[in-house]
Amino acid sequence: MSEKVLMKGNEAIAEAAIVAGCRHYFGYPITPQTEIAAYMAKKMPKIGGTFLQAESEIAAINMVYGVSSAGLRVMTSSSSPGVSLKGEGLSYLAGADLPALIVNVQRGGPGLGGIQPSQSDYFQATRGGGHGDYHMIVLAPSSVQEMAELTVKGFELADKYRMTAMILADGTMGQMMEPVALDDLKVNPMPEKPWATTGTGMKRKHNIVNSLFLKPEELEKTNFERYERYAKIQATEARAEEYRMEDAEICIAAFGIAARVSKNAVDEARKMGIKAGLIRPITLWPFPNEVFRKAADHVKAFISVELSMGQMIEDVRLASECRVPVTLCNRAGGMIPTPEQVLDAIVAAAKGGH
Amino acid sequence: MSFRRVTLLCGHYGSGKTNIAVNLALKLREEEKKVAVADLDIVNPYFRTKDSGEEFAHAGIRLISSAFANTNLDLPAMPQDLYAITDDRSLHVIVDVGGDDRGALALGRLAPALLEENDYEMLLVINRFRPLSRDAQSTIEIKEEIEAACGIPFTGIVNNSNLGAETTADVVRSSVAYGKEVAALTGLPLRYTTVEAALYPELKDEIPDLLPLHLQKKIIDQ
Repeated sequence: MSEKVLMKGNEAIAEAAIVAGCRHYFGYPITPQTEIAAYMAKKMPKIGGTFLQAESEIAAINMVYGVSSAGLRVMTSSSSPGVSLKGEGLSYLAGADLPALIVNVQRGGPGLGGIQPSQSDYFQATRGGGHGDYHMIVLAPSSVQEMAELTVKGFELADKYRMTAMILADGTMGQMMEPVALDDLKVNPMPEKPWATTGTGMKRKHNIVNSLFLKPEELEKTNFERYERYAKIQATEARAEEYRMEDAEICIAAFGIAARVSKNAVDEARKMGIKAGLIRPITLWPFPNEVFRKAADHVKAFISVELSMGQMIEDVRLASECRVPVTLCNRAGGMIPTPEQVLDAIVAAAKGGH
Repeated sequence: MSFRRVTLLCGHYGSGKTNIAVNLALKLREEEKKVAVADLDIVNPYFRTKDSGEEFAHAGIRLISSAFANTNLDLPAMPQDLYAITDDRSLHVIVDVGGDDRGALALGRLAPALLEENDYEMLLVINRFRPLSRDAQSTIEIKEEIEAACGIPFTGIVNNSNLGAETTADVVRSSVAYGKEVAALTGLPLRYTTVEAALYPELKDEIPDLLPLHLQKKIIDQ
């Protein structure tokens, strides 16, 4: 067995990106994700890569656009306010069908907010983040090992479907330290990118990467085609972890750090004789609708545990087709729910109406 | 344990400086009346010595830390009573310096007074399980960057090698050679090898200068 290292979540993302073949990183410092940039600054020059601290988040995302157009793996990272700034670039990347990995280590908002952990960019991430009809693949790690694994996965999915993938983490996941087995990371070869602007070699017609379509018929056609691709992703790429769900009557829905807190609460509830379980979406887009739809056949209630005012709860309601009550157990603004708070919500749900 | 008047803890970020600072301060308080902990970490405001504020108050330890904007704003702010570290020579101080050379830059302001008084110890905290300090050579690079940033030479090493919750006695054992190598290559004494208090009995007769640590920070189980 290979030796583990002790890493911060942010460092795990940076190292995994390098393992995945990313040699171009553009960023701008913001707590709580600055270790990603710091790690890249130390490592990239040693391996012939590019670390560039851009003059702004907007500049960084447009540098990502440029490198991706040239067919290379590229990444940028930020935290909530910085990701808002990247919104325009995210939309342009989508409109030009460009793959890239975007990391959002969320902090409390809105506005400048605070630096403590939050999950309140769920809507922004899963609904696109910028203007126009589009989606990003959104991955939600809940351990430092998974920060690394989903970073590799994010690059691969982005290339496979020619779209942006986002790691949606939070300040806790970024800052916490856990042992990581880096040697366990598996990377598949990067697919051919015949669309990339790599020079014609006088052998082919030149490629154009652009998001401008002035004829509405053409723009409509590209949108419909893109959504056919999205439908394929929704059918094949949704992932979730199910914990003690076999006979669960009360089902927690939680991702990232909220899922870890919730697991403790589920175990405590089981000790009290309450049949509690957890569904942890690993992909937030595509949302694991099927898992929730099936769970709705046997659970009496869902509880969405979130570090926000309740955002994922809407997807839980949609996925379970509102067949059973869905309640919210939350903290916001940088606060984290305690296992006791979640347990209280489970106990209340178990009593409610039965 | 023997303490100089000022103990400076420096090292790579995530090497465990804050945790050691808290533990050393509590030990120092057993020996000295006027003890302070100074939080000079201007790099990462997420975890800091100040998080142990209540425990310090209880133990009668003074906390020198920035009171600016609730302390965890990501603006580098120095404590207003920073100069107590060098001006009040009746005080014994443990100084928790921020990570890497960037963090050590803040210490530079105190360098002339500390060097002139010459009653300080500056400890390099190392962990061979951190990705950027896996071997002695890369660890020494970090050491030299820190010294260049703050202008104060190290006087000793603390081998704090650990794998977080997965640390076993064997994990600590496997780092002993690394600690010795860093000491030999730098010519600095290995002042302590740290171990979580629960593992201390198993290793105390095996590893010299073993320092048991009571972990201060645990955000979440599992």
